[in-house]
Amino acid sequence: MIEIQNLSKSFGKNLVWENVSFTISDGETLAIIGKSGCGKSVLLKHLNALLYPDEGEVVIDGHKLFELSYAELRKIRQKFGILFQGGALFDSINTFENVAFPLRYFTDLKEIEIRKKVEKALEMVNLVGSGDKPTSALSGGMRKRVGLARAIILEPEYVLYDEPTSGLDPQTSEEINDLIVYMSEHLDITSIVITHDMHSVLQIAEKVAFLDQKKLSWYGAVEEMRSSTDSSLLDFIKASEYQI
Amino acid sequence: MEAIRQLGQYATLLYHALRSILEFSTYRKNLFQEFVKIGYESIPIIMLTGVFTGAVLTLQTAYQLDTDIYPASIVGSIVGQSIIIELAAVIGALVLAGKVGARISTELGTMRVSEQIDALESMGFNSVTFLVVPRVLSGILMFPVLYVVAAVMGISGGLLAGTLDGILPAAEFMQGAREFFFPEDVVFGVVKSFVFGFVITSISSFKGYYASGGAEGVGNATTQATVLSCIYVLLSDFMLAALLL
Repeated sequence: MIEIQNLSKSFGKNLVWENVSFTISDGETLAIIGKSGCGKSVLLKHLNALLYPDEGEVVIDGHKLFELSYAELRKIRQKFGILFQGGALFDSINTFENVAFPLRYFTDLKEIEIRKKVEKALEMVNLVGSGDKPTSALSGGMRKRVGLARAIILEPEYVLYDEPTSGLDPQTSEEINDLIVYMSEHLDITSIVITHDMHSVLQIAEKVAFLDQKKLSWYGAVEEMRSSTDSSLLDFIKASEYQI
Repeated sequence: MEAIRQLGQYATLLYHALRSILEFSTYRKNLFQEFVKIGYESIPIIMLTGVFTGAVLTLQTAYQLDTDIYPASIVGSIVGQSIIIELAAVIGALVLAGKVGARISTELGTMRVSEQIDALESMGFNSVTFLVVPRVLSGILMFPVLYVVAAVMGISGGLLAGTLDGILPAAEFMQGAREFFFPEDVVFGVVKSFVFGFVITSISSFKGYYASGGAEGVGNATTQATVLSCIYVLLSDFMLAALLL
């Protein structure tokens, strides 16, 4: 379980958000939505201490994240997989090695076992036969899928998705959304998805956290969203529907 | 104020690198890759720099000295000592600040802005151990080797230029070089190259590791890394000369 308690963050004099609090239960899929620049990715990076807040705490399975030593933090981080916005693939190694990377360093698996696991992960993200490709030869959608395969290769408890469908065509976005749903249903993963794509939200999320005006403006179940009286959330949904 | 903040950040990075130096298994593979990139792949440019430095120094020394007053072998003495004490280490370091320093800062800077460093950290890696330690360690270990290559090539270049230009025979050049050869000068040169290796790789790693702001940010980090490396090579050269000579 992830508990976010009164989190506040500024960069210099620019307040990003303040007093953000909510909880993500095990097995749940939460979408964090909001306009571009509202600090969604900043919030995501607090969940495994890639960024530190000015105030507040993130508690992961009872561990106060920002009070941990670096060695303890590294252990907690291994519970997470992250799909970064651009994939964040290592460009000095090919697709196969990118996915195999965590296995080589964090497990004692033999080469044949690593090969099996990587091939299975690539199959899961519909990239069979792409292992030999250099990452520079991959399209945006393929990079995200490789990033996803790498994020889940160590079978993490939590997967954080940073704009998984941004910049993708509708068909590829649909594939990525299906993958996210598949991961949480079949691998029992708790998912936190940053997005401003309401179509994705409706397809994948159970809970929604809406960031607006430098605070958590609304939090609740997807079904409760349309009956909400929060005008900025309704405007956000309306604008999204208009785009669709 | 910004300079003090950056100095603190640099010191913190070095502290973390030093603390994790015993985690050899994490950076072993990268260390050997860096040996190749910093050491082996720099040999051609270092040989070229050494040969031309020695050759030009010989021609200029002969031009400035009246060999009717001094014996011709003095050219070999001056070139040999200048190369060993100063030029092989400093000119080599300035060239490597461009070649090695720019590569390190660009590589790490690109990894930073494309979130590859975040990806490493998020997996539970210590990115400093994985990326910075092998680069700095390799610089410290490889620069002295490159210094020896530059010194040998510098003296050879001087000898070649002196002979081909008819300034002095090879035997006389070597006699002059041997007369003023002191092993402690080589030790001094090795110590300098060791320090320069640390200065260049640590500054470049620091600038790249903390780069921000996309392609422009990486470009700025690389420029700063190269300029600062050159400045600190010259400063440390002066300090070492004042301390050790």
